[in-house]
Amino acid sequence: MKKLILSGIVALSALGVSMPAWAQELSFWSWRQEDKAQYEKFIKAFEEKNPGVTVKFETFEATNYNTILSTALAGGSGPDVLFARAYGGLENVANAGYLLPLDKSNVPALENFAPAAIAAETMRSTKVTYAVPFASQTMLVIYNKDIFDANGLKEPETWDELVQASEKLKGAGIMPFGNGTATAWQNEVMVGGIASTLMGRGFYDDLMAGKADFTDKRYVEALTKLKEITKYFPDGFIGLDYASSQQLFASGMAGMFVGGSYELANFKKQNPDIKMGIFAMPGMKADDEKLVAQYFDGGYAVNAKTPHKEAALKFVNFLASQEFGQMFADELNNISAVPGVSFKDPLLAEVAELNKNSIPYIMLVHFRFGEPSGSVLLQGEIQKLLSEKATPEEVGKNLTTGLAAWYEPFKK
Amino acid sequence: MHGSPLLARRLWITALIVPPLAFVALFVVYPIISAFAYAFFQWHGLARGEFVGFANFYKVLFTQPYADWTVNAFLNNVLVFFALMVLQNGVGFLLAYFLWRELPGAAFHRVAVFLPVVLSTIIVGFLWKLFLHPLFGVVNISLRGTGLGSLAQPWLGQEGTALWALIIANAWHMVGFPTLVFLAGMQRIPGEILDAVRMETESEWVKISKIVWPLVAPSATIVFTLLFVGSFNWFELPYIMAGVDGSPHKATDVLGLYFYRTAFGDQSGSGQDFGAGSALAVLIFMFIAVVAGFITFRLRAREIQI
Repeated sequence: MKKLILSGIVALSALGVSMPAWAQELSFWSWRQEDKAQYEKFIKAFEEKNPGVTVKFETFEATNYNTILSTALAGGSGPDVLFARAYGGLENVANAGYLLPLDKSNVPALENFAPAAIAAETMRSTKVTYAVPFASQTMLVIYNKDIFDANGLKEPETWDELVQASEKLKGAGIMPFGNGTATAWQNEVMVGGIASTLMGRGFYDDLMAGKADFTDKRYVEALTKLKEITKYFPDGFIGLDYASSQQLFASGMAGMFVGGSYELANFKKQNPDIKMGIFAMPGMKADDEKLVAQYFDGGYAVNAKTPHKEAALKFVNFLASQEFGQMFADELNNISAVPGVSFKDPLLAEVAELNKNSIPYIMLVHFRFGEPSGSVLLQGEIQKLLSEKATPEEVGKNLTTGLAAWYEPFKK
Repeated sequence: MHGSPLLARRLWITALIVPPLAFVALFVVYPIISAFAYAFFQWHGLARGEFVGFANFYKVLFTQPYADWTVNAFLNNVLVFFALMVLQNGVGFLLAYFLWRELPGAAFHRVAVFLPVVLSTIIVGFLWKLFLHPLFGVVNISLRGTGLGSLAQPWLGQEGTALWALIIANAWHMVGFPTLVFLAGMQRIPGEILDAVRMETESEWVKISKIVWPLVAPSATIVFTLLFVGSFNWFELPYIMAGVDGSPHKATDVLGLYFYRTAFGDQSGSGQDFGAGSALAVLIFMFIAVVAGFITFRLRAREIQI
């Protein structure tokens, strides 16, 4: 009997050793623990079409993902295919030569992606793309439709209408906004969701052209308005953390929530009965262009040192396909970056519609390439603004002088 | 050659010593030395670049914005150390004294004081975050309920209160530890000495200041040194309660958070810089080692052997 087991083990391990010859297992790392079930499904669809290649999806806690990935790659190991961050976060990993360059020769579908999406996964200095972008996120205002209907409110067309709506909700004993700003990065979200329309496309274009900096009147004015509307945030909102603020909205205690489009799926999960609508923040006048702030989340990259390069590229090509993009949008309720995807979920379709009038989520997209990063500066400065420790003018000045440390156009 | 008993004994001792020594070398000494080495190189993301000498140290100490961040985090650590010295060690000493004097309910309080120490920092952090919640927290609700609503604050959101909120949470969590150490020290004081004092004076103050305090000096050395090391390595509680950015606006930023953020990056804000991060780690390590050594040396000198 013992002999039988032993020979069984030997036979099995022999099989294990010879496996790679005809079947390849790719490891695929991600920071989206909450999407594991959906990814297993996508992978199954891939494996059915590509016999001989299996994919093992492994997830890590989002806040530690960079550290774990960095350590693995630096140690010469790591996954075959991986989730890569966008913008500055991508450059950190790509700079070190750990990722395989992707272009139309090995991933033909990349050619049809939106330029802004490709730019998110491209090194600025070398113009080499390293990942297939997966999703975009949009900073906007989410509102509770039942609360709006019960109070006879509709989506505001002007700033004054927004203030009136807030007053009405407050009078009815409902928190107009559920947001809190104790969690640092939420402050940046407030600027993207509230101030994009107010600063306007003209300011953004001038900023990029080097004709304006953050001391510009349009930017300072937008921050002044942002400060004004926080009058309708919950009591003590500067001490309210992100998780609590989400709960205020999801539980129906607050009428509106300034946040990313990624919140929609999350709110639905927390409260399946909630009916939500979205709008872009209005400007002072009804015909001001209403803008949302958009950025790309990350992409799928290939480890440059993978022993299964061919299989990994096959998989990444699948991740760039419209078939995958559609599944991604349907299953994960996210705006897929793959061109030509249609959105069944009406809210998602609306986000895609709002994206047509958008400016980039400025600090993340353009100012995370040096230290101090624009995001770090902005988050801290807005916390100062909201706790009366700085005026909008001072915030604009501190952002500009802080970024001048590495951002050439601001150097005097 | 036949094995003499001495040789066998030596082999036996070697066999016992080598594995732990190798273990410590591999998992303690090597990482420390490599962190030292990392600090002298430039880093491009994850790839080690050229040797840059002391440039990383210069960067974190003398160039902006790092210099301001370093000083701010360091001063916060200093404040934490002194505040905890009073709120944790000072209160701990008093609690130990009361427990030692066996005031009514001492048996219950001995357990009550020590119980939070057993809780993990994660639990304590979340618990206090809930206590201090601006809308539903027990602190603000109690204030409003007792007509002190005007004192209700967003405790963790204001520069003026956030760090103190963390300090108090930490003192609540850890006060049982110095209490226990001091209590053990007091219980070692021989009864004859106490009887002798009792013939001289009834004053509690004289008893505390002239007898008990000098005789628990070894305990004081231990808790002072540990508090020093603990407050300059402070990380878990601020990380849980205020986040890696030292929110709001770096008011709760301490060296531990600052080092972590610099070396490994902050997903929602900044990139990673192993060089500057390692330089900070080296500076923190050296500062703690030197000062802790000095404290131990000085405090040892005033200990009395009974």
